[in-house]
Amino acid sequence: MNVDETDLPGLGRRKDFMTASGRRIGVVEYREGQTELIVSTWDDPDTCQASIPLTADEAAALGNLLGGQRLAMQLSEAHREVPGIVTRQFSIAADSPFQNQPMGKACIRTRSGASIVAIMREGEVLPSPGPDVVLHPGDLLVAVGTQEGLDTAAGILRNG
Amino acid sequence: MDPLALTLIELGAVVFCLGLLARLAGRTGMSPIPLYLVGGLFFGAGGMVKLEGMHEFAHLSSEIGVILLLLMLGLEYTAAELVTGLRRSWQAGVLDLLLNFLPGAGLALLLGWGFVGAMVMGGVTYISSSGIAAKVITDLGRIGNRETPVILSILVFEDLAMAVYLPILTATLAGVSFLVGLQTVGISLAVVTLVLLVALRHGHHVSKAVHSENSEVFLLNLLGAALLVAGLAAAMQVSAAVGAFMLGIAISGATAHNATRILEPLRDLFAAIFFVVFGLNTDPTSIPPVLGWALVLAVLTAATKMVTGIWAAKRAGIAVPGRFRAGAALIARGEFSIVIAGLAVASGAVPHDLAALATAYVLIMAIMGPLAARFVEPIVGMLRRPARRAPLPFRPAG
Repeated sequence: MNVDETDLPGLGRRKDFMTASGRRIGVVEYREGQTELIVSTWDDPDTCQASIPLTADEAAALGNLLGGQRLAMQLSEAHREVPGIVTRQFSIAADSPFQNQPMGKACIRTRSGASIVAIMREGEVLPSPGPDVVLHPGDLLVAVGTQEGLDTAAGILRNG
Repeated sequence: MDPLALTLIELGAVVFCLGLLARLAGRTGMSPIPLYLVGGLFFGAGGMVKLEGMHEFAHLSSEIGVILLLLMLGLEYTAAELVTGLRRSWQAGVLDLLLNFLPGAGLALLLGWGFVGAMVMGGVTYISSSGIAAKVITDLGRIGNRETPVILSILVFEDLAMAVYLPILTATLAGVSFLVGLQTVGISLAVVTLVLLVALRHGHHVSKAVHSENSEVFLLNLLGAALLVAGLAAAMQVSAAVGAFMLGIAISGATAHNATRILEPLRDLFAAIFFVVFGLNTDPTSIPPVLGWALVLAVLTAATKMVTGIWAAKRAGIAVPGRFRAGAALIARGEFSIVIAGLAVASGAVPHDLAALATAYVLIMAIMGPLAARFVEPIVGMLRRPARRAPLPFRPAG
């Protein structure tokens, strides 16, 4: 993937690339620290259809969604041979009882049989997280298990 | 009436009116500069209301306004951005300089204002308003556009050109002999280079000297340093504005961003007073005779900025609509044209019609620029595909 970086003197920096469908997509990072998501119009890749200001949390959440999607797709692909095994993503809400707690406290595997195979955080992947990993609001947990087990796990993460 | 009371009442009334004008500008999405100028024309010399009490304060304030405008112009770009900008876009910058300096200079010669008048009017028509351009780009959501870096690097080049132009202008206005003038220009060029070098290598020392976590201390440090440097520059026959500008370039990094934030309200106040005072000193009855020339110059220099933008954007591999957007964004002239005309008028070396022409010209350009930037896209779009209205259905590739 070839990401173009362009200086915007006095403003900041633009990082973008061309998608296969012919739209330019990327971010503008301002000197003051704000981030804007930019998407070009369909007929003129030079111009922007949308420039959406994102807070740091929103940018991290969006990064997780996109990165998590890819990971989940790869995992589903890998588990297709095993019937009954499903991959699902859970996000840690700001009011989750386990935010800022080590993951082991939730005892997800013991209580639901589902395994957390990765955590997506700020666009980074933490593979096979141990029980000591502290969960942050906005984290995206990728879990593998049976349909029922994952339902139970979702309940645990939401309600404790 | 007690003179102090009179001064306060006049000043209060003027600043209050400026507030109303700025609000009107905000509502209509235009730059407040033309409204401030009109406000100034309305009061003062030849206008409807004479203001005598606030003269001294207004004069000093407008000087501070110029210093703050140029200090913040210097703060806008880091030394590194200036140097890369110069390296990457000097061809576009030189074309910009030639195409836009010559119409103003030519008209001044045609009107018999001589070499000094030509130097001044060339500067007035050359420099785009980076303030208006940046606002237009932001308001129209074009920061992520591909032509935006092209526009910005032309503005960066103009910024640097000002550093060379202002000392030359000051020397010309002072009417010094050719040799002394050459010496002044040589000194200022050396100073510009030195400041850029210092800012690149040791900018953090300058920043550290003025920086403080306490915003009150920081503000006082900054303002004190700016006035000191400006005053010293003026004493050395280099204009005060150039000194402030150099200080702005020398301050870098996070300190520069904080300085911009802290100085903005002060700049807004003093710059507004500067525009009003410029309007005050211009006799509104002197404008109608030069209005025709101002219009000719406006149309001509709108076209030359358009050509500059189109050429630069084409070189950067941008498609036709983007080239026109780049051209139109550069059209607006504003604060720095008035600063140049203001320096000239203050020196008394130019005829009074020049102030009137510059005022009328900036009034037209500051209003026309944002309008052109807004409407260039639909106009180009209509001209290019007159029949087709509905967008093509989106087809994902592959």
